[in-house]
Amino acid sequence: MSFICFEYDLWDMRASADIGDCGSMAEIVVRNLRKEFGAFTAVQSSDFVVADKEFFMLLGPSGCGKTTTLRMIAGLELPTSGQILIDGEEVGQKPASQRDIAFVFQMFALYPHLNVRKNISYPLISQGMHRSEIQEKVLEAAKLLGIEDILNRPVSGLSGGDRQRVALGRAIVRNPKCFLMDEPLGALDAEFRERMAGELRSMHDQMGATTVYVTHDQREAMQMGDRIVVMNHGVIEQIGTPQDIYDYPATMFVAEFIGSPPMNFLFFEDTLAPEADTITLNGQSISIRPVSTAGRGSFAFGVRPEHISFDDMSPYRGRIDATEYLGTTQIVTMTTPNGSLKARLAADIKIIVGDSVGLAFRKELVTIFDCESGVAVTSSPDQDRQRNG
Amino acid sequence: MSSITEPRQTWKLAAGLLVVFYALVTLLPLLWIISTGFKTPSDSIAYPPKILFEPTFEGYVNLFTTQTRQSEEFLANNPPTNWYEQLVHDKGMVIAGPSRYGERFFNSLIIGFGSTFLSVFLGTLAAYAFSRYRVPLKDDLLFFILSTRMMPPIAVAIPIFLMFRSLGLSDTHAGMILLYTAVNLSLAVWLLKGFIDEIPLEYEEAALIDGYTRFQAFRKVVLPQATTGIASTAIFCLIFSWNEYAFAVLLTSGSAQTAPPFIPTIIGVGGQDWPAVAAGATLFLVPVMVFTILLRKHLLRGITFGAVRK
Ligand SMILES: Nc1ncnc2c1ncn2[C@@H]1O[C@H](COP(=O)(O)OP(=O)(O)OP(=O)(O)O)[C@@H](O)[C@H]1O
Ligand SMILES: [Mg+2]
Repeated sequence: MSFICFEYDLWDMRASADIGDCGSMAEIVVRNLRKEFGAFTAVQSSDFVVADKEFFMLLGPSGCGKTTTLRMIAGLELPTSGQILIDGEEVGQKPASQRDIAFVFQMFALYPHLNVRKNISYPLISQGMHRSEIQEKVLEAAKLLGIEDILNRPVSGLSGGDRQRVALGRAIVRNPKCFLMDEPLGALDAEFRERMAGELRSMHDQMGATTVYVTHDQREAMQMGDRIVVMNHGVIEQIGTPQDIYDYPATMFVAEFIGSPPMNFLFFEDTLAPEADTITLNGQSISIRPVSTAGRGSFAFGVRPEHISFDDMSPYRGRIDATEYLGTTQIVTMTTPNGSLKARLAADIKIIVGDSVGLAFRKELVTIFDCESGVAVTSSPDQDRQRNG
Repeated sequence: MSSITEPRQTWKLAAGLLVVFYALVTLLPLLWIISTGFKTPSDSIAYPPKILFEPTFEGYVNLFTTQTRQSEEFLANNPPTNWYEQLVHDKGMVIAGPSRYGERFFNSLIIGFGSTFLSVFLGTLAAYAFSRYRVPLKDDLLFFILSTRMMPPIAVAIPIFLMFRSLGLSDTHAGMILLYTAVNLSLAVWLLKGFIDEIPLEYEEAALIDGYTRFQAFRKVVLPQATTGIASTAIFCLIFSWNEYAFAVLLTSGSAQTAPPFIPTIIGVGGQDWPAVAAGATLFLVPVMVFTILLRKHLLRGITFGAVRK
């Protein structure tokens, strides 16, 4: 419908000028946050700090406790223990209505009995704002989102994208300390999701409001987030920028969860001395980043598909099983003595199934994991900096 | 194409006829009552029954008045001043005063709507609590509430009769409102809980985040969305308390008597006054019908709303 062919300037700077700057600093601090539902622990003990104006992603598979964490920050769920500070103020036990936050629900939760205008003005009415001022603010928000023309429509007939915009309108109209969004694009179809993700991110860049965003879609998290928290089974696996998490996964879970196809693991037994910078795969020595934690036992050699290349000189070899053509690149599946491997190579490389090829790995982007704990034993640049500084 | 649609059309026609036939069968007693209300007493008991007759308001006048027979002389000295006095005058009678029908009808209105309001009001609050809060022994409580409807209410008539007598509730409006509310409440709680369960929790949570209190969220977000459920529950409650006969006979006789036990006692001069009884029954139908028609809009809106949402 309307969204296929709209030409208006969606992020009109003039419209955003008033709404656009958040008055206060809104840092969110989460300390030892824990949530139990009866005997089940949904969130173990989370610690993280969302910086002011940051776009912060909570990423993880279904049921890992993302929504629970977000709902605790919002005040829709009371933590079992731990602290939540918004803007320096402890809010852990405060009701949602007193936290000055906006929440965007996955199913939008637009009030079905009210029209678009009423929906957007609802949070302002609760503040007892004067009617003319409400009108003004609603119009500003609507302009920012490009929905002035549907203000008087009932929400029941709106397209998914317009519902999404109205939900955002209801969130931004109040100029809250921070935005909390629970899979806000989850109800949209794939094609439209990408475009809304872009709109959301640019809205954030203009308003600069602290945002915590829940998603189970790693691509969405990488595309939009300043920093990402990866969770699994109620435990934080890693916190970092998208590049950090992608290049230096802290655990095998993160390595597998992020990236498509995910990181490859080649399994081997070895004894690793501290600062060791080679390992032995099938009798061949392969150089890596220095090991920060020594140990012996089973390890996994983790390498991303695009960090593998063919090198006839390399003694470490694999046999080509198949290739999947993707236009600019192709995914080549191989069998090596240590397990199967997927490599992302340029589409124009000639592949002959059954061939044995020499393999080279980008050593600075290889991560070694301890198979037992699943934790990385190679140092990340963060650790390097700590050590050197 | 026509070969496909033709049988359908015939089926449609057949189904339509069936519905019309069924409607006629069920509506016939109603038509009979309404028409009897406009007959003269002799027409009303004529055999074979009169389908065509000269309509008269005699039944309605008899319903609302008490009359006495007077001498020719008295009648001549007191000529009728309006159409209904004329009607009575022609039978050799004069109007002595109003009948009790108006009072009884008014009692029905107070007790019927009063108990409906109370049932729906309490039912909505209880249903909301059962739907949203963690209530200890929730399932047992809900079962207990339902179990009060597992026997016919009249089975406890005697204990209630004795209880009402010792509490001084016999033949009072408050007593009847309480009784009908007690009977209706379990139905109201169960019906409304179903409707409130259907309203996603997110709406209330959104309202909480938008700065409203729990109660405001209930009033401004849940209630408007529960109108369908509230309207249909109200209709069920009203139909029960409006038509209830057995308890009304047992517990009311004077000041709080409702219309159902009163209507059959309308006795005319020289035998049962069937047109007056029929007139009383016809008028008695009106409030429930008006109420249902008024609330029908909400029912229909609720139904189409659900269709859009799913
Ligand atoms: N009110 C509740 N009572 C009991 N268990 C709950 C409750 N809310 C959530 N849980 C459980 O806590 C776990 C984490 O739930 P949560 O909704 O936070 O997951 P999530 O990471 O948001 O997953 P999804 O991607 O499916 O939304 C789940 O196993 C869920 O079943
Ligand atoms: Mg969730």
